[in-house]
Amino acid sequence: MSFITVENVSFAYRSGRTILDSLNLTIEKGRNLGIVGESGSGKTTLLRLLLGLAQPSAGRILLDGQILDTRNRAFMGGFRKRVQAVFQDPYSSLDPRQSVFNIVAEPLRALKVQTDIESAVSEALAAVGLPADAARRYPHEFSGGQRQRIAIARAIVARPDLVLADEIVSALDLSTRILIVDLLKTLSTSATFAVVSHDIALVALLCPDIIILEKGRIVESGPTERVLKDPAHPYTRRLLASTPRLPPPV
Amino acid sequence: MTALLTVDRLSIATQARQLVRNLSFSIAPGERLGLIGESGSGKSLTSLALIGLLPETMAATGSIRLDGTEVIGAGERQLVALRGPAAATIFQEPLTALDPLMRVGRQVGEVVRRRLRHEGLPSSAPAVQTRVLELLSRVALPDPERLARVYPHEMSGGQRQRVAIAMALAWRPKLLVADEPTTALDVTTQAEILALIGQLVREDNMALLFISHDIPVVAGTVDRVAVLRQGELVEAGPVSDVLQAPADPYTRSLVAAARTFDTALGRLF
Amino acid sequence: MNGTAGSMPQTEGKMTRRTIPLSLIVGGVIVGLHLLAGLLTLFWTPYDPTAMVGGRLAGPSLAHWAGTDRLGRDLFTQILIGARIAIEVGSGAVAIGAAIGVTLGILAAFATRTLDDVFAAAFDILIAFPTLLVAMLIVAASQTASLFTAVLAIGIAGSAIIARLTRILAKRVLSMDYIVAARVAGSSWPSIVVVHVLPNIWPTLIVNLALQFGLAAMAESSLSYLGLGAPPPNASWGRLLQEAQGTVYTAPFGAIAPGIALVTLVIGVNLLADGLRAFADPTRRGRR
Repeated sequence: MSFITVENVSFAYRSGRTILDSLNLTIEKGRNLGIVGESGSGKTTLLRLLLGLAQPSAGRILLDGQILDTRNRAFMGGFRKRVQAVFQDPYSSLDPRQSVFNIVAEPLRALKVQTDIESAVSEALAAVGLPADAARRYPHEFSGGQRQRIAIARAIVARPDLVLADEIVSALDLSTRILIVDLLKTLSTSATFAVVSHDIALVALLCPDIIILEKGRIVESGPTERVLKDPAHPYTRRLLASTPRLPPPV
Repeated sequence: MTALLTVDRLSIATQARQLVRNLSFSIAPGERLGLIGESGSGKSLTSLALIGLLPETMAATGSIRLDGTEVIGAGERQLVALRGPAAATIFQEPLTALDPLMRVGRQVGEVVRRRLRHEGLPSSAPAVQTRVLELLSRVALPDPERLARVYPHEMSGGQRQRVAIAMALAWRPKLLVADEPTTALDVTTQAEILALIGQLVREDNMALLFISHDIPVVAGTVDRVAVLRQGELVEAGPVSDVLQAPADPYTRSLVAAARTFDTALGRLF
Repeated sequence: MNGTAGSMPQTEGKMTRRTIPLSLIVGGVIVGLHLLAGLLTLFWTPYDPTAMVGGRLAGPSLAHWAGTDRLGRDLFTQILIGARIAIEVGSGAVAIGAAIGVTLGILAAFATRTLDDVFAAAFDILIAFPTLLVAMLIVAASQTASLFTAVLAIGIAGSAIIARLTRILAKRVLSMDYIVAARVAGSSWPSIVVVHVLPNIWPTLIVNLALQFGLAAMAESSLSYLGLGAPPPNASWGRLLQEAQGTVYTAPFGAIAPGIALVTLVIGVNLLADGLRAFADPTRRGRR
C-alpha cells in the first residue's frame, strides 16, 4: 500500500540552481526505504520536502492521496502526527534547557494528542531502551548514543506511521552504531523508516528497498538486494566499489 | 633496522584524568601501522603527542623516540626541526589546517621554501613555484596551475585534503601521520584519497601512522593495527590476524559490528 | 563514553540537586538591602528630606550618618530615597527596554532576509546615537521632565542594544537542529519562541540587562544633572552627585556617599544576574 507518493518533484532556488530534478518515488507502509546519496545529491533537500519544511518548486507529494501543502494548517496537523524525524547530530537536536521528559513530550503537546502524556513518554523511553528515570534528566547527562535514543523516543512517541532518519548513526561510534541499528530494526515492526544516509551498508541492514540519488536525480531504485547484487547504473557501481570492505573471513 | 618511531609506556593525563595509559608501539621505516579506536580512546591525543603538540593542560610521561630524538621533554626548537622532516601530519578537516585567506599555491610554497632552506638549497621563487606545481600534480589535482591560485573555500573537501597531503609531502617526511583523513569526505572521494595515500607512501617509502575509527578503512590501508580503548592498548598485530581472530573481547565486539555492516553489503565483487 | 543505553555514565544520585551560586547570594543580599531601604522611604524616613535639620555641609555624625548637604538637609535620608528612585528607574527602564528590544530582536531573527537586514541596520543606527541624546530628545518631545518620562526615555534609548543582542542570540538558536525537530514535532512558531528560543537566550540576555540596569541608573543621574531627570523633591543619586560637585573638595562626603550607593547597587544587580544565569543552567547541576 503506497503511503507517500512523490510525483515529479523538483526543487530549485530562485537563483535557478536546481537541487532536485523530477523525482518520483513511493514509500509503502511496512517497507523501510533507504535513500542513499553523497553531498550534493539533494538528499537533505528531499528530506526537507518530505517533512513539509519546504515546498517543491514543481510536482507534488501525496500522503494517502492528499496533497502535502505546508500552508494547509489542518492538513499539516494530521501530517505531523503521521510523519516524524530523527536528525544526524544528537547534540544539536536536543534543546539543552529542556528536560528529557519535555523533549519527548513535545510532539504530544504540540499536536494535542489525546493521551496520558506521562505514560506515553515512559513507554517511548522504554521502547528505545532508556531507564524510566531518564525523563527528569537533561540532555548533557547522556552520551551520544543515549541522546540519539532520546531523539528516537521523541520521534515515535506520537505513534507516527513514518519516521525519516537522517544520517542518524553517522556521528556515533561503531559499537553504539550497531546498537542503534538493532533498535531501529525492532522499532520497524511498528513504524516505517525512511533511512537517509551516505552509508549503503546501513541501508542494506535496515531497508528492503533503496533509492540512489546523484546530483538531484534518482539514478537507480529497487529492492536493496537486487541493487547490491546487480547494480545497473555506473554511479551505483562506483559507490559500491568505493565502499571500504573487510577482508573476507577465513 | 632500528625503528623510526618508538613509543614506550606513553601516558597522557590532565590534572583530573588519565587519558592514555602505558601505551607502547613502534613503527619501522616504511611500515604502515593503523591505530583503531572509538571516541575517548586517546588515539588523536597520541598523534599530537608524537610531534609535541599536546595542549598545555596535558602532561605526557614515558618515552617517544621519533627519528632518533626524544620528543617528551624536548624544547620547542628541537620539536620544530622534527615537525615536517621527521613526521608530517594530515588531519580530519583540511579546512582547519589551511589558512582561509591565503591562496593554496602560496601555502604549499611556504612549506616548500622552509624545507629548501632547512636543507640549505636555493629557495628562489621560480624554484619554489616549480616544486609547488609538481606537488599539486603528484596529489592528482587537476589543472595545478589554476588551482594554485584559488582559496581553500573555493575547493571541494576532497581537493582540500589533497592540498593538505601536498603540504605534508613537501617535507618529504619519513613518517606520515594521517588522523582520520577521510572521515569528513564522501565515500567515493574517500576511496580516491585512500588510494592516493597508499600510492604516495609506497612511492616515497614513507612510514604511515593511520588513525581511524573505521575498521574497513584501516584494514585496506595498513599492514599492522593497534586497537585502543579508553587510553589503553588492548590488542596489536598484523591486520589479518587481528581481523580474522581477534583475541581481546573488545576487539572481537568491534570486528563483529564491522562484520555485520560488511555482510549486509553481500559478497565482495 | 558512547556506550550502552541502560547505564548512566556520569554522576549518579545527587546530580539533580542545585547548588546556589555565591554570586546569587551576595547579589541578592546587596540588591535586597537597597530594595528594603527604598521601600522603607515610602512609610518612614529618618528626617524630612526637604527640611533643614542640621548645620550646612556637616560631616558624618551619629545624628546624620552621611552628613548634611549645603542647605543643611540630612544626606542619609536623601540617599535612602535615592535608592528607591534608582531601583524604579533601573527596573522600569530595563523592563521597557527589554519589552521593546526583545520583541523587535525576535521579530528580526524570524524575518525574511531583506527585512532582517533592514532591522539590523536600524538597530545599528539607533545604537550609534548616544543613549543620553535619544533620552534627551524624548524628554524634550514630551515637554515635561518627570520621573516617568526619564524612565521611558532611558528605556527606549537602551532598547536598540537589547534588540541587536536578542537578534543575534535568537538567530543562533534558530539555526540549531532542535528547532527543526520542534517544527517537525508540530510546534507553532510562537510556542517555539516560548519553549526553545527564550529559555536559550535569556541567560546571556539577563547579564546584559543587568548592565543596562546600571547604565539606566547612571543615565538618570546624567539626565538629572541636566535638569531633565526626576524633578525635585525627588532626591535621585544623580542630583545628589551634581549638587555635591561644587563642594567636593570641602565636603567630599556629599559626593562619596551617593557614589558608594550607586556603585554597590550596580555591582549587586550584576552579581544577581550572573548568579541567576548560573543557577538556571542545567549543565551546572551537580557539578562539584
